[in-house]
Amino acid sequence: MSGGGLCWQDVLPGTVTLGASSQSVETGLWRSVRPVLDAGKCVSCLRCWAQCPDASILTGDGGSVLGINMFFCKGCGICAQICPVGAISIRPESDFQGEAVSSGRGVGPLKVGELVG
Amino acid sequence: MAFAEAMRQINPDVVAAYPITPSTEIPMKFAEYVADGLVDTEYITVESEHSAITACVGASVAGARVMTASSANGVGLMHEIFPIAAAFRAPIVFGLVNRSLGAPVNIHCDHSDSMPERDSGWIQIYCEDAQEVYDTALMSVRLAEHPDVLTPVFVCQDGFITSHCYEPVDFLDDEAVTEFVGSREPRYPLLDVDNPVSYGSFVMSEHYFEIKRNQMEGMENALRVCREVSGELARITGRDYPPVERYRTDDAEYVIVIMSSAAGVVKDVADDLRSRGVRAGCLRVRMFRPFPSEEISEALSGVKCAAVLDRSASPGGTPPLAAEVRSALYTSCCAGNRMPSPVQSFIYGLGGRDLYPGDVESVFEGLSRGEHFLAPRYIGLREGTGGEERGGR
Ligand code: SF4
Ligand code: SF4
Repeated sequence: MSGGGLCWQDVLPGTVTLGASSQSVETGLWRSVRPVLDAGKCVSCLRCWAQCPDASILTGDGGSVLGINMFFCKGCGICAQICPVGAISIRPESDFQGEAVSSGRGVGPLKVGELVG
Repeated sequence: MAFAEAMRQINPDVVAAYPITPSTEIPMKFAEYVADGLVDTEYITVESEHSAITACVGASVAGARVMTASSANGVGLMHEIFPIAAAFRAPIVFGLVNRSLGAPVNIHCDHSDSMPERDSGWIQIYCEDAQEVYDTALMSVRLAEHPDVLTPVFVCQDGFITSHCYEPVDFLDDEAVTEFVGSREPRYPLLDVDNPVSYGSFVMSEHYFEIKRNQMEGMENALRVCREVSGELARITGRDYPPVERYRTDDAEYVIVIMSSAAGVVKDVADDLRSRGVRAGCLRVRMFRPFPSEEISEALSGVKCAAVLDRSASPGGTPPLAAEVRSALYTSCCAGNRMPSPVQSFIYGLGGRDLYPGDVESVFEGLSRGEHFLAPRYIGLREGTGGEERGGR
């Protein structure tokens, strides 16, 4: 074979990839449904922030929820399930056709620390 | 015990182990060393063998020097993680006390636990006695961590026969061991946060093949590095361990090929037969992965007949050692060398059944009569007449 890939002598040993970080992996591409925040209902309990498996809940000063990082959010729906006041609803990605790409790429990737504050 | 003492002197950064029954005395003894403050090791007690080896892999790619030990079904439970350790080039040194895999439950020796791991990408070294276990543990640290190898090592010893019997062992001073093993210089440690790397990312068919081939290079270099490291230790101890031990094989007509503790019986019988004029020899295979094919075909090149004694079976196939020896000889024959014929295959000692001198003598007698059987035969097995009709009743 084939292709423009690396030959076996040139791949790094040990399955290593250099500088690799989950911060550049757009897990948002896997989403088929997305959470939508109604900030007016949110009581800042931060349950969604604590439970989101992709650290996608963006918070501001005093623990207010500012939004959801669509670069990482993969649409698991946990945040909507655990929100005690129904501030997060789940809608199909098809509702966002056209804006999906820009809303995904615009937010991330972010450096550690940038999410808070 | 010899392995545990070597661990104390090596003083690894991390040991993760699970004391399942049947496991070994090694983690138990080492836990005492930790409790007594004799080592600086982070000793991680976990909830299963699977977790033990998983923690070892994590610690190893983080950059630590890691050792552990297990046996039998515990080794079986670790199976999923072994190829990952090898692919991560995690130089873990593993004391594998060979015990039979259940069922039926049995705690005694055979090689049915390590043989299923022969394609896991780990180096496998089979030791004959406790002294060799100790020496091999020391050299395996250097072998595993060598930049040309970077491959985990199983240091195998026979359960109970070697692991629990008392025999004299010559230990080095702690300082000599510290100096010999040196300290690990990891290539891509995860804990080097200034140079972040990722291990084990998802790889599709575009690069999986190349990464696996790259991994094999470490194994390819292991025989050479093992000889170097063994030679270096021999300069301190006077004990050298080639990949294959040739005991009176140079002018032998009949040779038994075997691994681990039972080689002692074969050597004794060979001595006895020699005193009666039979040119018998023993070829003890110490390194099984990588397999020293050339040494073996060379050692067997002049013999009339050879028998390979396996302490494990491959139901429906050829027992592992016999398969490797025949393959080595076939390759050598294709290169124009003479093949001893026939090479007989025997299975012995499953579940800890002893191999007696009389058994070995009758194998040599069969060889000298030129007996030839196509299928593997069994040594020391109670066999009734009537074969299959009796089975299952
Ligand atoms: S849907 Fe899942 S991934 Fe997305 S923000 Fe909610 S909890 Fe996080
Ligand atoms: S779980 Fe609901 S109420 Fe609590 S912080 Fe998240 S969105 Fe706001």
